[in-house]
Amino acid sequence: MSNQRIPGFNPMFRLQWEKAQDSYVLLYPEGMIKLNPSAGEILARVDGQRSEAEITAALQQAFPEADSLAADVCEFMEVACEQNWIRFHE
Amino acid sequence: MNRTGSVSTSELQGSACLPDVAPKPAGQPLWLLAELTYKCPLQCPYCSNPLDFSASGQELSTEQWVKVLREAREMGAAQLGFSGGEPLTRPDLNELIQEARHLGYYSNLITSGIGLNDHKLEQFRASGLDHIQVSFQASDEAVNNMLAGSAKAFEQKLKMARAVKANGYPMVLNFVTHRHNIDRIDRIIELCIELGADYVELATCQYYGWALENREQLMPSRAQLERAERITNEYRVRLEAAGNPMKLIFVTPDYYEERPKGCMNGWGQIFLTVTPDGTALPCHSARQLPVQFPNVKDRSLDDIWYRSFGFNKYRGNDWMKEPCRSCDEKEKDFGGCRCQAYMLTGDAANADPVCSKSQHHGKILQARAEAEAPADVPMTFRNERNSRVFCRSE
Repeated sequence: MSNQRIPGFNPMFRLQWEKAQDSYVLLYPEGMIKLNPSAGEILARVDGQRSEAEITAALQQAFPEADSLAADVCEFMEVACEQNWIRFHE
Repeated sequence: MNRTGSVSTSELQGSACLPDVAPKPAGQPLWLLAELTYKCPLQCPYCSNPLDFSASGQELSTEQWVKVLREAREMGAAQLGFSGGEPLTRPDLNELIQEARHLGYYSNLITSGIGLNDHKLEQFRASGLDHIQVSFQASDEAVNNMLAGSAKAFEQKLKMARAVKANGYPMVLNFVTHRHNIDRIDRIIELCIELGADYVELATCQYYGWALENREQLMPSRAQLERAERITNEYRVRLEAAGNPMKLIFVTPDYYEERPKGCMNGWGQIFLTVTPDGTALPCHSARQLPVQFPNVKDRSLDDIWYRSFGFNKYRGNDWMKEPCRSCDEKEKDFGGCRCQAYMLTGDAANADPVCSKSQHHGKILQARAEAEAPADVPMTFRNERNSRVFCRSE
């Protein structure tokens, strides 16, 4: 699996910071998924432009105290793709 | 209408009480259903609007709706449904969509598709509308138009469903199923595949409002229901094998259950409806209960949600009677639906008679028996003329 792949949102879902939930959420027809902090931080950097490698680098910069994030990001991307939240463009 | 039965005096006294009460624990109103109007070009005999909708007061103004949207958003509402009646009959719909997006709602337009056109689809998209749900009455033209009470409805719906997808919206297709269309569920699903729906709600009629009035004509037999569920499951397997992400949501009628649904996730917990005249309700059918509900013209939504009599009336479980009070499932189903308890037993604090522990469960069994041998009586269509008859008789 190349970390050069570019994730973008399935147009069905909209990511948003939700003050009342104190978290990022995914909104979709008549529903809402509350994201845990790390899922929220990753998805907040998905813009259909940046590759997985670039997103990982940006996270690493934002959270310098964290160990290598590459494996976690990759694992989460797989989950998000399975859930149909995101799609990849090579 | 005679199905409402008698009303207990404690209910009536309750409704006459002062509106303010000590607040009980409540969640956030995550879901705001804005019923913009009762006007509708269709006449579906299972409409969830109240039977006496024609006696409803003046519709809220644009400014009043904007205030409702702002206040609910401030309280945590994230999902917003524009509903009705037919919301497209409101000339300010686009303005409200813009306001909704500005406030950060995920906005859903719940429409019959009648009155929609390419221009509006593009305009709403640009204004930030997130999703459109189009309702169908059946998979074929004749049955659809008979049920909708309109000769051209089906053709228009097909055209608009295609246009919704062409404009890049997520699309939910909603089919209310009943004894007249449920045997064609395969064709319904095929039609949804062809139209490219993202979600399909195969929602068996719930017997409120006009649907209760027409229950004998609508309720499917158990065999019809089981066949439809089996076919739906077969399609789920087929869709998955074909890599088609379309989701089929099959809603069973609670009349065939032995335990009630956890209605609205509990009274006044996540769901807030505002009706065309500004009455605030914990669910869209609660208006028929003998409970005084507040109006957004008089009070703020925060005050309504947390402190009004109506929104606290069935919160928590200290209002419960037996068999609910001592039931170990009361935290799961909250005693079922207050409206159904009221409609079928005359007291909204009774257990929902869907529950086999209810002493009124016989009413449900009787309805099931009737569905096996339905009487051939004409349906009462939802329109102004018929509604005025209900206004006079109540």
